[in-house]
Amino acid sequence: MLYAFLCYNDEDTVFSWTPAEDAAVMDKLDAVLQPIADAGRFGPAARLMPTTAATTLRKDSDPPLVLDGPYAETKEQLLGFYVMECADLEAALAVARDLGKANPGGAYEVRPVRLFLPGTLPAGTTA
Amino acid sequence: MSELAWIDAALTGARPQAIAALLRYFRDLDLAEEAYQDACLRALRTWPQKGPPRDPASWLIMVGRNAAIDQVRRRGRQTALPDEESLSDLDDAEARLAERLDGAHYRDDVLRLLFVCCHPDLPATQQIALALRIVSGLSVRQIARAFLVSEAAMEQRITRAKAKIAAAGVPFEAPGPVERAERLAAVAAMIYLVFNEGYSAGSTDRDERAACSVEAIRLARLLLRLFPAEPEIMGLLALMLLNQSRAGARFDATGEIVLLDDQDRALWDRRMIAEGLALIDKAIRHRRRGPYQVQAAIAALHARAARPEDTDWPQIDALYAALEQLEPSPVVTLNRAVAVSKVAGPEAALAMIEPLADRLGGYFHFFGLKGALLLQLDRPAEARTAFDQAIALATTPAQAAHIRQRLDRLAAGASEGRA
Repeated sequence: MLYAFLCYNDEDTVFSWTPAEDAAVMDKLDAVLQPIADAGRFGPAARLMPTTAATTLRKDSDPPLVLDGPYAETKEQLLGFYVMECADLEAALAVARDLGKANPGGAYEVRPVRLFLPGTLPAGTTA
Repeated sequence: MSELAWIDAALTGARPQAIAALLRYFRDLDLAEEAYQDACLRALRTWPQKGPPRDPASWLIMVGRNAAIDQVRRRGRQTALPDEESLSDLDDAEARLAERLDGAHYRDDVLRLLFVCCHPDLPATQQIALALRIVSGLSVRQIARAFLVSEAAMEQRITRAKAKIAAAGVPFEAPGPVERAERLAAVAAMIYLVFNEGYSAGSTDRDERAACSVEAIRLARLLLRLFPAEPEIMGLLALMLLNQSRAGARFDATGEIVLLDDQDRALWDRRMIAEGLALIDKAIRHRRRGPYQVQAAIAALHARAARPEDTDWPQIDALYAALEQLEPSPVVTLNRAVAVSKVAGPEAALAMIEPLADRLGGYFHFFGLKGALLLQLDRPAEARTAFDQAIALATTPAQAAHIRQRLDRLAAGASEGRA
């Protein structure tokens, strides 16, 4: 079974870490993750930019509503995510609009990725 | 990370919101600070045992508020009978607490806290010192070191600034839209001052003063989270991130200034650049151009150039022209002249800056650029005069050293020419 681990924390605190403190946390996490990666069980991972870099597209209206900031409601639940390369925010929002047309309702939060690890899962791994 | 370091980061992160809410409650900076300190002491006692609370800011506000109310009541008992008016005030305030802890209120609380620090009666240096002390929680010693003054002098400066604010009265009414926009603009300017205090530091005092730049970026992030749809705040944060991304390349091993063209671009912080570019993308969507956005766009063009010769100088020139319209100033024209020298040559740039001589006659960078342009035009004697004037106006040792280096090279070139 593939599991997704969604990381939550207080960004005021995390972005108050000094570079040395940040690096120390990452080292500790790496120590946990490295054996999993070595065993070919580690999928793609991403560290996201702070929520100030986020834009949210509400696709329950037509045309969809674009809002600055992260998804901030509680009436919908996180059901999945995509990671893709886009030239800029406009290009990313264009993809989100197309996806929204294919599947209206709910919202997409579009958040730039700060650090991306492709992972070590063998090609063709399925859930 | 050790537990203490985690608690320290949590306290630092929650500080602006906590102090801002306590200021709203007590309407007195000193009392708000005391209450916050009290809450921090209790956090250090209880968090290691019970674990950190889910919302550190709310915890600190509640505990700080209760501690300060206790103190007010105790003081009351020691001196005279409780003042009925103040008691009923407190009860009234207590009833509104639940509403106040609602996230929506943080916004105006934090804006108010930042705004009292940039009171127009305070000179820029006091605004910066006050913001670093009260909002960021830097120690007086740290701030004193950043400003290269004694701790006692800085203590006095902060005390005086606080007295001025207390005399002026803290604005407690909820701001209307126009007033909120004005406060935001004043606060943005103050945050940029804090940033530049760190950014303009020379290499020798870099470590102490660099803290100012880091704090300014943190404050701008906080402000943008509270006002997520303000393109100028996006621009301000982007501008600071893009400038700060070059921090590791701006000085060489001996502490000499390294000019943009000569910097090792591998030393630029790619993550800061990426975040800055993402913020500019967001800002542009609003189609409400402003000075911070334009300056950020200029910084972005430098950040996007893999090599100096890849820099899009015509676009930078156009952006400076836009900035001249938005915010006319001789310094903006001076900066534009650098772009003009790349696009149209040094002669055109020199013609552009010569009319600025009256207004920039006391400005280091004016003579630095003038000397560099004259040198490109092969007018070494005049270049030397300009560089001499620049040295006399240098505000940091690194600035003076940089010009001296150019003069030395000029002298060496002259003697080679004669040989």
